[in-house]
Amino acid sequence: MSQPVLEVKQLRKSYGSEVVLEDISFTVPVHTATVFIGSSGSGKSTLLRCINLLDQIDDGSIVLDGEDITAVGADVDKVRRKLGIVFQSFNLFPHMKVIDNITLAPMKVQGISRELARENAYKLLDRFGLHDKAENYPDRLSGGQQQRVAIIRSIAVAPRLLLLDEITSALDPVLVNEVLSTVRDLKIEGMTMVLATHEMGFAKQVADEVCFLHHGKILEWGTPSQILEAPKQPETKEFLKRVHEAGRL
Amino acid sequence: MGRPSESDSGAAPYNFGGDWVPSQLEIARRAARKTRNFRNSIIAVASSIVVIGGLALIAVTSPGWKSLSDTFFAWAYGVEVLPKIILGFGTNITLTLIASTCVAILGLSIALIRTSRSPALAPFRILATLYVDVFRGIPMLLVILLVGFGIPALRIQGLTNNVLILGTIAVIITYTAYVAEVIRSGILTIHPSQRAAARSLGLSHFQSLRYVVLPQAFRRVTPPLLNDLVALIKDTGLVSILGVTDAVRAAQIASSRSFNYTPYVMAAIIFLLVTIPLTRFTDRTLRRSIERQNATGVA
Ligand SMILES: Nc1ncnc2c1ncn2[C@@H]1O[C@H](COP(=O)(O)OP(=O)(O)OP(=O)(O)O)[C@@H](O)[C@H]1O
Ligand SMILES: [Mg+2]
Repeated sequence: MSQPVLEVKQLRKSYGSEVVLEDISFTVPVHTATVFIGSSGSGKSTLLRCINLLDQIDDGSIVLDGEDITAVGADVDKVRRKLGIVFQSFNLFPHMKVIDNITLAPMKVQGISRELARENAYKLLDRFGLHDKAENYPDRLSGGQQQRVAIIRSIAVAPRLLLLDEITSALDPVLVNEVLSTVRDLKIEGMTMVLATHEMGFAKQVADEVCFLHHGKILEWGTPSQILEAPKQPETKEFLKRVHEAGRL
Repeated sequence: MGRPSESDSGAAPYNFGGDWVPSQLEIARRAARKTRNFRNSIIAVASSIVVIGGLALIAVTSPGWKSLSDTFFAWAYGVEVLPKIILGFGTNITLTLIASTCVAILGLSIALIRTSRSPALAPFRILATLYVDVFRGIPMLLVILLVGFGIPALRIQGLTNNVLILGTIAVIITYTAYVAEVIRSGILTIHPSQRAAARSLGLSHFQSLRYVVLPQAFRRVTPPLLNDLVALIKDTGLVSILGVTDAVRAAQIASSRSFNYTPYVMAAIIFLLVTIPLTRFTDRTLRRSIERQNATGVA
């Protein structure tokens, strides 16, 4: 078997005295999607932030493409170039047009020429049906369109691994689908991904592996059908029952 | 309503296609609005004439008016000394241009140092904080006196005794402290998630500042910075205390020669000719930036 894209080993993270993540270990093979589910505050966002080195971990290690990115002296900027992250709140740059949001990193980080960067950006915008929004400022776009632009922005640098943090929870139910279908397309094209989501139906569709996070620990993991349809742990059952009652299955 | 502006687009924000003809109801509404607007402007004009005219009448008919106008509004003498005052005002403008350029550069540097988190910059952070605290807390006149008279008193070889240069330096020292704080507050209002987004795309710390944080921060602080520019133009008049022949000093010389205060009024008018348009412009910029922020929400 080829080397996994991401390998997290015994990761631990705390804020002050509050332990947020404990003994987290998992592997993400190439072209697969690992989905984290769990109630609010279980540590999903923190995990993704740690992988992206936006937060410092307390113990354990994170290996990306065979390289320990948590080692002393690891080049943070270089690591981040291999990772894309999309946030719940989009975080587009409001002072830049859509096209400039997308071309900023390719031009400034990868040193690609402006013409080529714009050409690539337009290709991506075309593919996701956003061509006519290129010259708009983000605040003129709907939430769903903004989130799709954020996704395009993060894949424009051709990352090895894409981290998606509850990218639909700030959206109207109607807009959720257009964003999710964008992610499904990326999955089909072979993008390796780690996601946190509250959308169980979506998790079932894209996940190769589902991990249930509970109070900062991976309590249960397996294929989508194992976890979502036949969970073994009482906490997982309880969580799924609550999600079901909230009408999200 | 002849003026097609965005704010009164209560008419039709969406184009559903086809030719839209306003309904009878809407036509009646518009007519009513027009009448009301017309009536309002008549009232505004009439009340302005009554109030301002009344005040003017009271002033002119008061017993002191004659001596007042002779002392402050002797226009013939005012016109005579005008060239000298305008020449002096050239100094104020030059000083403003030089000082504002230096203040912009230094203020930005200090704001960046104060908002940085690098441990290597720790001593500079402390010094910058001290500097800002001290020079925001001293009257500028004192700084001008200290620099303008104090430095020549040191009699250090090679150091300038030119009061114009020393005065300019004093102005720069004081305004850098103000402007640094304005810029710093602008940087702090940019939500950390913006920097996180930039960093996560692989942009370096410096690139995130340059392309993401600072452009947004500057947009927010443009109105207060313009306010400071207006204040700077006025405050350049303070260097006259060192003997620099600016507009204020020129007016002072002319006035003491004739015991008439019209030259001061002339100098005041010249300052106003520059500061009022700038103030109006600042107001407009502020209004626009508020509109933009409301449109953007908290993004
Ligand atoms: N910067 C921080 N400082 C202190 N505590 C934090 C910080 N960020 C997160 N936490 C805490 O860490 C825990 C996990 O938070 P996290 O945001 O990772 O949860 P989550 O699973 O993403 O929740 P949600 O589904 O609501 O997004 C929470 O208890 C939270 O209070
Ligand atoms: Mg979260």
